[in-house]
Amino acid sequence: MRTVIQGGRVIDPAQQTDRVADLFIAEGRIVGLGRSPSDFTPEQVIDAHHHIVCPGLIDLCARLREPGQEHKATIASETRAAAARGVTTLVCPPDTDPVIDEPAVLEWIRRRAKFAGQARVLALGALTYRLRGERLAEMAALKEAGCVGVSDGGRPVTNARVLRRALEYAATFDLTVFLTPLDPELGNGLAHEGPVATRMGLPGIPVAAETGMIARDLELIRDLGVRVHFGRLSSARAVELIARAQAEGLPVTADVAIHHLHLTDMDLTQFDSRCHVRPPLRGRRDQEVLRTGLASGVLTALCSDHQPHEPDAKQAPLGDTEPGIAGLDTLLGLSLRLVQDGVLPLPALIERLTWGPARILGLDSGHLGVGARADVCVFDPEAHWRVEPGSLNSRGQNSPFLDWELPGRVTHTLLEGRMVYESTRFGP
Amino acid sequence: MRDAEFLIEAMTGQLQELLTRRGIAEPALVGIHTGGVWIAEQLHARLGVTAPLGRLDISFYRDDFSRIGVNPQVRPSELPFDVDNRHLILIDDVLHTGRTVRAALNELFDYGRPASVLLAVLVDRGGRELPIEANVVGAYLTLPADQHVRLTGPDPLQLSIQIVP
Amino acid sequence: MSTTHIQLDAQGRLLHFLTIEGLTYHHLTEILDTAESLRGVAERRVKKLPTLHGKTVVNLFFEASTRTRTTFELAAKRLSADVLNLNIATSSAVKGESLLDTLRNIEAMQCDMFVMRHPQSGAAEFMARYVKPHIAVLNAGDGRHAHPTQAMLDVFTIRRHKPDFPSLQIAIVGDILHSRVARSLIHALSILGAGEIRVIAPRTLLPAQVEDLGVRVFHHLADGLRDVDVVVMLRLQRERMEGALLPSEQEFFQQYGLTEERLALTKADAIVMHPGPINRGVEIDSHVADGPRSVILEQVTNGIAVRMAIMSITLGHHHARLTGEET
Repeated sequence: MRTVIQGGRVIDPAQQTDRVADLFIAEGRIVGLGRSPSDFTPEQVIDAHHHIVCPGLIDLCARLREPGQEHKATIASETRAAAARGVTTLVCPPDTDPVIDEPAVLEWIRRRAKFAGQARVLALGALTYRLRGERLAEMAALKEAGCVGVSDGGRPVTNARVLRRALEYAATFDLTVFLTPLDPELGNGLAHEGPVATRMGLPGIPVAAETGMIARDLELIRDLGVRVHFGRLSSARAVELIARAQAEGLPVTADVAIHHLHLTDMDLTQFDSRCHVRPPLRGRRDQEVLRTGLASGVLTALCSDHQPHEPDAKQAPLGDTEPGIAGLDTLLGLSLRLVQDGVLPLPALIERLTWGPARILGLDSGHLGVGARADVCVFDPEAHWRVEPGSLNSRGQNSPFLDWELPGRVTHTLLEGRMVYESTRFGP
Repeated sequence: MRDAEFLIEAMTGQLQELLTRRGIAEPALVGIHTGGVWIAEQLHARLGVTAPLGRLDISFYRDDFSRIGVNPQVRPSELPFDVDNRHLILIDDVLHTGRTVRAALNELFDYGRPASVLLAVLVDRGGRELPIEANVVGAYLTLPADQHVRLTGPDPLQLSIQIVP
Repeated sequence: MSTTHIQLDAQGRLLHFLTIEGLTYHHLTEILDTAESLRGVAERRVKKLPTLHGKTVVNLFFEASTRTRTTFELAAKRLSADVLNLNIATSSAVKGESLLDTLRNIEAMQCDMFVMRHPQSGAAEFMARYVKPHIAVLNAGDGRHAHPTQAMLDVFTIRRHKPDFPSLQIAIVGDILHSRVARSLIHALSILGAGEIRVIAPRTLLPAQVEDLGVRVFHHLADGLRDVDVVVMLRLQRERMEGALLPSEQEFFQQYGLTEERLALTKADAIVMHPGPINRGVEIDSHVADGPRSVILEQVTNGIAVRMAIMSITLGHHHARLTGEET
């Protein structure tokens, strides 16, 4: 299929492109920008006037709930939601059931994703067997099977000896290690430790539960030269620690979940279980520093930390609910709000959603250079939509952003040149 | 509108006569909050009753509680004497449907078993919904349903007629 | 409170009683005055009022508590309500039914009021959000969050002894961190304009930035008790030793236990309170608990009148609202 996307403002941070131009696609690849390749006859023309054309978004952390929790969501349901919001690559952490600690599980996920055909699904393998933090997982086999990295899957390894060896072993096979720093003992609470938690009588999670882990991990990394990515930072001090480590030349990167840039612990004051997340929503200053960190590039990626739930999982007193937000549907809209808020310019934002995560993953993806896979998102930045239960494509309706008015309506999503979403045809 | 003092004077005379007729030497007076208490205070002085004055707040006994809720100005009921075998004079400002008196009688019986209860009211405006009558009445009035008699006080005690919208 | 709290209707009247936070001076005094008028009921021959005749009150306890449940039961019965006690253990064995299912099942029994105790903070608000509109929810303790009826009976007891709140210095001693009683009491005292509210505890038993609640923090009993008018001792749960919050009960008593010697530091007419059940020799010495300054048993008695008041007020407002809507 030969496609031309005409007249859009093409933003491709990897090439530092930001201009109105036509984008030419053939056989699943980008074949030209601006000037038509010779003897190119399009079979399909997408009118993108007044629209933004950018690489398809890459979401570093999305739980698709399959295998193991199909009552919450499935690979089919969530990849469809991703396509409708311009996300073409999803990275799922290894805490599925069974855990992704053997190639067969990865293979199964890949088959399901291929069958759905709506988005590329990549997986992180487990760092330790069953994610128990005791024995190493078969990382070499996982890499050969196609895992793009290894991870603690949201269950941090408390035993420093095990972690050090796991890092060494991962480095041996040139695997990036994805860690989620939150001490399970110190972090055994429900809300950011501070005046809000005190007033509400919610067990607090101190910032040190996060920074203590990061500080330990950084010291372990120092001698090993292993690439480590810290996922979902929540505090100002964590950003400061990462910035310092980067300045010292340690090979570390970090991301932040979009909801941490829009919500704070104040949003919990009505015991709203939809705001129950781990790591917890923290204070105003934390939010400010996370936003600054994203703008400065200390945080290289912005992700949805998508965690769809069935209604029952959230309909209980706060402490009896499961943490997490269904964030896929609002990732782009909430991100564009950061541009409106003056946090960072649009091309930089697009970078954090595309080329930034691609580099962390070491993928030749997330850009529109000639020869690249044609994963493309076309959206109307001026069109606003209201977040309503019916407007969410994810099976998980657990969003604290209901009734928010968000900018940016995706009109077309292409996955390797194939149209997986077109708003006029399927959209609201 | 006739002077409330004048009506209380009339009530005092009637009560004295009634007590003598019934041979009641040491009655106890019980006023119903709020207007009934004001009148009871006056009668208590004029009759020279020795037993301390009782006060009832019937908020918790109202049969329309479930409709209007608790009166936010509810005050404690105080019956500073033994109710058992006592001759009581229950006093209220206006007798209308009879429901307040019904509630007051219920409350009185939760304190004990009086020998007898007499009812004295400043104004009987008719409109009874229960078989209750006063033994002593300061004045009778016939009023349409949309008009209410209201006693303000305690100093001065004044009766007025209000039209309920 | 940004918007109207779920426990109030549009006119600001109490429909549920979930937390003291966000209530006004008027709400509190209405309850205290009503309780005052109900106190005498216990001394009468018939200890019963017909106010809630024909109503059904369900005591829904997800945490064992004989004392609180009993006083709620007695309060409901003195108002002539029918009372149903449901003690739902929260062991994993019975975890199958969700709170919402439990709620719907009990609603189906046509009741009018839930009195709920639950180990999770916010559980009472959760219930209030989901119950049918004619049902009032009373919070009998939710996690560490609130125990508003206890706070009301505490301030009721204080007011009977020392009615001038602005002149009072009140010390709350012990496990503030885990205490819903402390949180609710601090709010109630602030609303009533108490002169100074102190909390006295080791750092491990104080929540982060507790000063934000409007209290003065003391870490040593001898400093904090000086010249106070009221001492409120909190119960120390034995689990606290396992959570590495305290070394031992003995050490706690030595540092924070209320003895006659330490009581001498307070004003000569200071009263001693405790929400119960007391741990003698852990947070309070028997001589103090049973001594002339102790009003601990009076608190229990007052608890019935205060709960009667809250029950009549909330159910009354429910009916006022519902019938108002009908006409």
